[in-house]
Amino acid sequence: MKRIVIIGATSAIAHAAARLWAGQGAALFLVGRNAERLDINAADLRVRGAASVVVHAMDATDDAAHAPMLAAAVEALGGIDVSLIAHGTLPNQRECETDSARLRAEIETNGVSVCLLAQLFANRFVVQGGGTLAVIGSVAGDRGRQSNYVYGAAKGMVARFLEGLRNRLARSGVQVLLVKPGFVDTPMTAEFDKKGLLWAQPEGVAAGILKAIDGGRDVVYLPWFWRYIMWIIRHIPERLFKRLSL
Amino acid sequence: MGSWGNLRYDPPSRQRRLFDRAAPLPASAVPLLAWGNGRSYGDVCINSGGELLETGGLDRYLAFDATTGVLRAEAGVLLDDIIRSFLPRGWFLPVTPGTRFITLGGALANDVHGKNHHVAGTFGNHVARFELLRSDGARLECSPTQNVELYAATVGGLGLTGLVTWVELQLRRVAGPAIAVENRRFHGLDEFFALNAAAEKSHEHVVAWIDCLAATPRGILMAGNHADGVPPAPTFSPAVPFTPPFSLINHASLAAFNAAYFHRPLPARQTLHLLPYFYPLDNIRQWNRIYGRRGFYQYQCAVPQAVQQDATAELLAAIRASGQGSFLAVLKTFGDIASPGLLSYPLPGANLALDFPNGGAATLELFGRLDAIVREAGGRLYPAKDARMPGALFRQGYPRWQEFSNHIDPRFSSSFWRRITET
Ligand SMILES: Cc1cc2nc3c(=O)[nH]c(=O)nc-3n(C[C@H](O)[C@H](O)[C@H](O)COP(=O)(O)OP(=O)(O)OC[C@H]3O[C@@H](n4cnc5c(N)ncnc54)[C@H](O)[C@@H]3O)c2cc1C
Ligand SMILES: NC(=O)c1ccc[n+]([C@@H]2O[C@H](COP(=O)([O-])OP(=O)(O)OC[C@H]3O[C@@H](n4cnc5c(N)ncnc54)[C@H](OP(=O)(O)O)[C@@H]3O)[C@@H](O)[C@H]2O)c1
Repeated sequence: MKRIVIIGATSAIAHAAARLWAGQGAALFLVGRNAERLDINAADLRVRGAASVVVHAMDATDDAAHAPMLAAAVEALGGIDVSLIAHGTLPNQRECETDSARLRAEIETNGVSVCLLAQLFANRFVVQGGGTLAVIGSVAGDRGRQSNYVYGAAKGMVARFLEGLRNRLARSGVQVLLVKPGFVDTPMTAEFDKKGLLWAQPEGVAAGILKAIDGGRDVVYLPWFWRYIMWIIRHIPERLFKRLSL
Repeated sequence: MGSWGNLRYDPPSRQRRLFDRAAPLPASAVPLLAWGNGRSYGDVCINSGGELLETGGLDRYLAFDATTGVLRAEAGVLLDDIIRSFLPRGWFLPVTPGTRFITLGGALANDVHGKNHHVAGTFGNHVARFELLRSDGARLECSPTQNVELYAATVGGLGLTGLVTWVELQLRRVAGPAIAVENRRFHGLDEFFALNAAAEKSHEHVVAWIDCLAATPRGILMAGNHADGVPPAPTFSPAVPFTPPFSLINHASLAAFNAAYFHRPLPARQTLHLLPYFYPLDNIRQWNRIYGRRGFYQYQCAVPQAVQQDATAELLAAIRASGQGSFLAVLKTFGDIASPGLLSYPLPGANLALDFPNGGAATLELFGRLDAIVREAGGRLYPAKDARMPGALFRQGYPRWQEFSNHIDPRFSSSFWRRITET
């Protein structure tokens, strides 16, 4: 029986992953900031076959709450096999360009809090002698673009941080997986026009996350074709890139 | 977000996916309407110029009692999801339509029926309670004993009484995924009604395919009972990849196909997996595209028992004379279990459903002739399949429509309702 902790468990992508784990009879520890919505998800996962579901309300940006949350998770599950860090917000880029408090808050949520939690779990996995840390980043972290660089910078920070963490833990049997989804049809993108071909469903992304975990991967783009799109985007010379309206 | 017939409608002014059942209804200056999975054929799930609330994100279970089989789930949960979750645990839907890609909310709002109407009644007969969110913010638990008027208005209420957020459904125990099927060819309606009456005594599920072009109506009656064993489930599901510019169904292709289908080697008894038995078409995704860009209609009507054989014969004769029609032609009888809804479609009698490629005026003229037969017989058309019935026929077929309309939520409406009340 897998023992799984999910941060940002009310996220559509995270819940889709949780359902797949529930179907395998996993024990789940769900962390999120909205207790009522966590309970709604927990009931769903119980019916879908989870061995046990415990919910824990915590705002990811509340550093002081991190260690007690980990203690509660270990207490509830015994040990942790997988921790998935999924929380995030999609900043209003325009607002962040003039409002420095907003800018800081977005970097805190999507960057700093993720690094702090990743480190917390990684250290626990070292003590345990193994485990999987999976973190949802984004293709947006691969290159800064005028439409979305606050979010991109935070996701980029996470990517670089995990790269180092992975390197540090390479010999300790701890998997450090960075998941980079493209466009996913979730509440985060509710206001977007979903007409193009590039939109993926959270269920597909979730299946990709489980597969990458089972396959012992380091970095995965979801769906797979984003790997090639982002390869091209990363290789456009900056002299040219800076003039594009992306 | 259209409907299954691929007919053209003016778009909604906005569509919004709902994720949180605890959230209030969105503020909106235009009328609201829930959209489940668009498996209705016409405009009951269309809201031109209004706002569609897509319920696919309301897909969570609330609770399941493994001893009683009572499931409480959000209204956007698909029947497909329920089958995947509960068939392996020995539970199946108490009533299911011919596709599993519909939501609980859609099943409730059309009070759908299956092949077991003669023993199980409609879907609503198995709904113990549900929550209705009204635009004044009220959340009302409705059941046969609580908020009874809104219960009766909302079951079969075409989405007009508000948003259903969750539904409590009594599942049915089954031994496994197997169905033991008996197939019988019939020639003529005398034989159909005799075989059908006998089959309804011995079988839970009974339905017939009919060849709508044959000189004397002929077809195949398929009767099934849940059985032991685990037959293989279908795996490969092809899709119709694009919509051809014109319909692939025409008189020539249809006559040949129907004759071949009728005469195909037919095992008298076979044991099938219940998926291909209940959902023969679900295995070809987007089969509705074969009717081309102009789309298609389904004409589905029920006529009372006393006149069922004559009326069915007249309907089939009119269809045959027109040379229109399609492979998809279904005949079954409804039993006398009362439907819970004010606007529920089934009535004791015969139920006939046929698809027609959209042939423009010729098709609509044929429907006019069929309407006259249904009106004369004292029958009714099924709103879930309708895209064109005149308002007067609706009002005659559903005499409780005025009582129903008192319960419509003032901020909800649909293209269907506007069409029916304005013509
Ligand atoms: C291949 C095929 C076979 C079929 N066979 C049968 C059959 O055998 N028997 C039968 O009865 N029907 C049959 N149908 C019709 C189908 O079952 C109904 O049209 C069903 O209601 C569609 O459900 P949906 O979830 O797609 O809802 P939609 O078609 O999207 O909506 C249907 C109605 O439900 C309302 N609604 C949806 N969700 C909610 C909610 N949460 N709250 C309030 N209102 C809501 C909508 O406003 C609309 O009025 C068949 C359809 C197909 C495509
Ligand atoms: N959707 C996309 O196109 C896309 C693309 C690439 C990457 N991603 C990433 O995928 C992850 C999941 O997002 P999603 O698409 O599933 O969107 P989502 O459903 O909106 O999920 C985001 C979740 O993060 C939670 N959250 C935000 N701030 C939090 C905080 N301070 N503390 C605790 N929880 C917090 C939210 O909780 P509340 O419910 O309480 O608001 C919400 O449940 C995110 O990291 C996102 O950046 C998404």
